[in-house]
Amino acid sequence: MSGRRKVAFAVVHIHVLIALVLGGAAVPAFAEPARAPWSPTNIFAPVSTPAEWIFDLSRFVLTVTAAIFAVVFSLLVYAVVKFRQRRGSNGREPAQVYGSTQVELAWTVIPILIVLVLFLAAARVIASIQNAARPSNAIEVTVIGHQFWWEYRYPSLKVVTANELHIPVSDPAHPTPTFLTLLSADTDHSFWVPRLAGKTDLIPNHPNSTWMDPRETGLYLGQCAQYCGTQHAKMLLRVYVQMPDEFDRWIQEQSRPAQISDTISEGQKIFERTACINCHAVRGTAANGRFGPDLTHLMSRDTIASGAALNTPDNLRRWVKDPSVIKPGSKMPAMGLSDPDLNAVTTYLESLR
Amino acid sequence: MSTESIAWSTPQVAAQRPVVERLHDWVTTVDHKRLGILYILYALVFLVIGGVEATVLRIQLIRPHNDFVSPQVFNRMFTMHGTTMIFFAVMPILFGFANYLIPLMIGARDMAFPRLNAFSFWLTAFGGLLLYFSFVGGDGLYGAGNAPDVGWFAYAPLTSKTFSVGHSTDFWTLSLLVSGFGSIGTAINIITTVLCMRCPGMTLGRMPLLAWLNLTMAGLVVLAISPLTAAQLMLLVDRYLGGHFFDTQAGGSAVMWMHFFWVFGHPEVYVLVIPAFAFASEIIPVFSRKAIFGYPVMVAATICIAFIGMSVWAHHMFTVGMSAAGNTFFVLSTMAIAVPTGIKIFNWLATIWGGQIDFKTPMLFCVAFLFQFLIAGLTGIMLGAAPFNWQLGNSYFVIAHFHYVIVGAILFTLFGAFYYWFPKMSGRMYNEALGKLHFWLFVIGFHLTFDFMHIPGILGMPRRIYTYEPGRGWDTWNLIITIGVFFQAAGLLVFIGNLLWSYRRGKVAGSDPWDAWTLEWSTTSPPPTYNFATIPAIKSRRPLWDLKHPEDPDWQYE
Amino acid sequence: MYSLIVAEAAIFTIFVVAYIFYIGKSATGPQPQDVLSAPIFFTICLLSSSLTIHVALRFLKNGKVNSFALWWLLTIVLGALFLAGTAREWRRLIYQEGLTIQTNLFGTTYYSLVGLHAFHVTVGLLALATVALFTLLRHVRQEHAERVEVLSMYWHFVDAVWVVVFVVVYIVGR
Ligand code: HEA
Ligand code: HEA
Ligand code: HEC
Ligand code: CUA
Ligand SMILES: [Cu+2]
Repeated sequence: MSGRRKVAFAVVHIHVLIALVLGGAAVPAFAEPARAPWSPTNIFAPVSTPAEWIFDLSRFVLTVTAAIFAVVFSLLVYAVVKFRQRRGSNGREPAQVYGSTQVELAWTVIPILIVLVLFLAAARVIASIQNAARPSNAIEVTVIGHQFWWEYRYPSLKVVTANELHIPVSDPAHPTPTFLTLLSADTDHSFWVPRLAGKTDLIPNHPNSTWMDPRETGLYLGQCAQYCGTQHAKMLLRVYVQMPDEFDRWIQEQSRPAQISDTISEGQKIFERTACINCHAVRGTAANGRFGPDLTHLMSRDTIASGAALNTPDNLRRWVKDPSVIKPGSKMPAMGLSDPDLNAVTTYLESLR
Repeated sequence: MSTESIAWSTPQVAAQRPVVERLHDWVTTVDHKRLGILYILYALVFLVIGGVEATVLRIQLIRPHNDFVSPQVFNRMFTMHGTTMIFFAVMPILFGFANYLIPLMIGARDMAFPRLNAFSFWLTAFGGLLLYFSFVGGDGLYGAGNAPDVGWFAYAPLTSKTFSVGHSTDFWTLSLLVSGFGSIGTAINIITTVLCMRCPGMTLGRMPLLAWLNLTMAGLVVLAISPLTAAQLMLLVDRYLGGHFFDTQAGGSAVMWMHFFWVFGHPEVYVLVIPAFAFASEIIPVFSRKAIFGYPVMVAATICIAFIGMSVWAHHMFTVGMSAAGNTFFVLSTMAIAVPTGIKIFNWLATIWGGQIDFKTPMLFCVAFLFQFLIAGLTGIMLGAAPFNWQLGNSYFVIAHFHYVIVGAILFTLFGAFYYWFPKMSGRMYNEALGKLHFWLFVIGFHLTFDFMHIPGILGMPRRIYTYEPGRGWDTWNLIITIGVFFQAAGLLVFIGNLLWSYRRGKVAGSDPWDAWTLEWSTTSPPPTYNFATIPAIKSRRPLWDLKHPEDPDWQYE
Repeated sequence: MYSLIVAEAAIFTIFVVAYIFYIGKSATGPQPQDVLSAPIFFTICLLSSSLTIHVALRFLKNGKVNSFALWWLLTIVLGALFLAGTAREWRRLIYQEGLTIQTNLFGTTYYSLVGLHAFHVTVGLLALATVALFTLLRHVRQEHAERVEVLSMYWHFVDAVWVVVFVVVYIVGR
């Protein structure tokens, strides 16, 4: 092979490689959405209607763009290989062509048609997702984004909780979708659990909404998808999809105030003496702050600090001692408690079941 | 190669003068070529700075729970990286080339307003310094350094006094305001130059495409930078005078900032890409040895892109809760851009078709550009399908999309332009072997980094996170992505080395090393201060073709 | 100059859009209908200054420098009157009505928009005054008409913007 030819071939090869890689990435993702998701946050493994409709549309868009890619790519490859300058060309210039109305018309009209098709497909999905009817048995949740945690309120069920959202599974025969109202207490955030629905932003002074109707139980992950400050990275989302009876039980537990023993524990005293109660609520006690997460049933959660750490006694203690060790830049200050006080507060927190 | 000296120029005698004096000449210059080179060198420095910032980002993300830098530093790094690259690296480089080339290509002796030109450059330069001064003065002069950390689109209310204490955001605002005035100045200059300074015979229909595309670009700058300026003024009113434009506590709207920013931001990306198209439109014909295919359609398509580009901004806002009708409209306008852009791709393809492609370094970069821009545009279409965007938006897929355009298309054609016009600017040839090495290192690095970046996006990885959890299936991809950066850095070092070496040691280029067809090749390399001893008069789009092929001149066909 | 005017127009457009968007969105008073009254007299001043500058230019083109100087000065006086009117209105708003740029959204958008315009009037006046100075020093002659015309274009633009601002702030906004 001549040097020139090698170059041409290498240019082509590397691009074939890209095509394979990009295509290859898409194939396994298509293969079996629900079972083998590749990642707990794979957008091509939907288990809820909005995510599924989006998935269908994306398959269509991907197919069309892949076809365009294949055609134009092949033409380019052909041109680059075929019309490379050959050794021993006689130095004469090739025939000069200045344009051609017919071909130019063709490659204007065909893309217009493709664009129209893509547009109509997208428009249909937009309408069906955004204008979906809200059935009367839908679960209503208000999601409030805070720097850097999530507040969840179930207005009709009298539940306030944080960071871990529980919703019932939705049987396609008797759907019980969940409708979320999205608000923000400070900056912009975005609610994104890829396997359940596309993302929607939470913007102060600009209420938004979204919905989902998962058909499989399980834990679905996601995270804040709009930059909101220092700890945007650790504003993780956890959605627990439960069987209806399980969900009802959870609601029951959450709607109770905190269980308080007759003697107020040392830890509770410290908790109420320190600034903790300015920011945190423990229903049934003096604590009714709203700046930080509601702690009434803290122990019912698997994680603390919006998924940044597992909810273990050790982590709790570390967190209260100095939140910035786990989440530098978090809005909760280190309270400078002495070791005995710290132990007492941790014990108290552990009693909040 | 035709190196015969051409009648329109006389060689210039270069005399060695003291360094201080020469430096003084550069600082006070109003010559469009010198200003062009100043723009380019200045921007190259920022390209390296921005690249080093990108390297920091990538090292931090090489594995989950890495702690190479703190979250605060990471956030500053991506803000500075984005702002630097867009406003102080790529835009000034493009302005630099425009400044250098336009008068030469339209047969003029200088830009229309040489002094405005110098003023604009220094405004831009000052803007860049102001931005980087934040590292020193962000917390107030007595505080420690603290660069802005609000992201390059600085969504409200994160920029309000409440959430952004200190002065870092002020530095961001002011630097963009100042450099924005510089950009508007340059744009006005380009428009006037192209419209009023063409040499005899050069009708609008005979201008080189580069002049046409830069004219369009300058029009977009005027229309796009002004809203940004207005929005920055409002932000300053909020931050300094206690106004409430974007104060959500007092009823202000965060969404309004988004609209204002993207009314600027989307046209801005076409401001960046249209000059890249311009380079491709000059380089591809010369190295295919054919006239550009469909010249009038190329011009029309560009203007069409600019117009449609003004009405698509809200495709950056599909997730902010617009009405279904709003979303639908912006899907249509966004996708409509594919049509004129497709026309351009097909015209380049048709230019190559039937030619004799000479794979010199500039052409290599342009061929890679064609492939890469195709992919980048198609991922743009995916993002433009609003529901798909609800999944892909603000994920690494977006990052992949736009680096595919910005690096894969714009930076690649820019490198092509560097190699193509380096002989003209310096009078010397670059080193072809080093050029090829640069190309291959950069191609490999580019594809390692940005091909694989699509995948974590699809797997749900949001952008602007300083770290991520293990077990999400993102780890391997991020490792590969980071490895690619080092290939890119190596390529860039080779590039800079090549420029430096060739400037001193390169073969003397002669006035027309590429056997090209536009006017800049008719004068000496480097051109004399006055560009052309006698102003040329032309009869077709390719005046030098006519000279070289008197038996078959272009003007018989146009 | 045309490009510059396009750029300026785009800037004003954004401010006008913001003003319109925030009409009636203020969380607290005072509201525009409580405190604003249309400055008809000063508007007439500004608009007629467009006429006088036009006349002045015509004289310059015909080489009648003295008449030019007269009409030119008249333009300056009218422009200055307008500025004084704005100043008076602001004084009243700030000290009597207690409306500042910090009070509410109306205050923020009102002062920004009207202020931006007043700033342009001021710049225009300074430029006009410079020409006036040169005229009195006998440096301006017929052949400078073209350059002076650029300035008058700017002045017309500033006037046209006022028409928009006036409609938005004093008619639609109330
Ligand atoms: C610099 C140049 C540049 C260019 C040229 C483009 C070109 C395009 N971009 Fe891109 N884009 C960016 C830079 C650029 N973009 C940046 C910087 C961002 C992110 C900003 C940020 O958030 O930080 C972004 C983000 C971005 C988004 C928002 C993503 C999000 O944040 O949610 C969208 C959504 O629609 C989008 C779409 C498009 C489209 C449709 C095009 C089209 O112009 C592409 C048209 C080209 C083709 C389609 C290929 C060729 C055509 C054919 C071969 C014809 C046949 C094809 C068809 C019929 C489909 N871009
Ligand atoms: C013109 C625009 C431009 C260019 C050229 C680039 C170039 C690169 N970008 Fe950039 N990028 C943006 C514009 C650009 N980017 C924007 C606008 C954003 C959004 C910011 C935001 O979210 O606010 C962004 C965001 C962004 C992110 C996402 C950050 C996040 O969301 O968390 C990443 C991550 O990988 C990244 C990587 C890179 C890399 C690896 C390159 C490489 O191509 C760079 C290659 C260059 C080099 C590697 C430098 C060479 C160095 C030397 C020669 C010296 C040798 C020294 C060393 C290697 C230490 N960019
Ligand atoms: C200034 C306000 C403030 C004070 C005071 C405060 N907190 Fe917090 N707290 C927060 C915020 C905000 C968060 C959420 C942080 C995050 O996830 O980024 C939080 C989170 C927590 C969590 C984890 C909750 C969860 O569901 O993830 C615990 C436990 C906690 N705080 C306990 C305490 C205790 C104990 C004290 C007192 C010693 C205290 N806090 C004082 C603001 C405060
Ligand atoms: Cu909340 Cu990002
Ligand atoms: Cu865009």
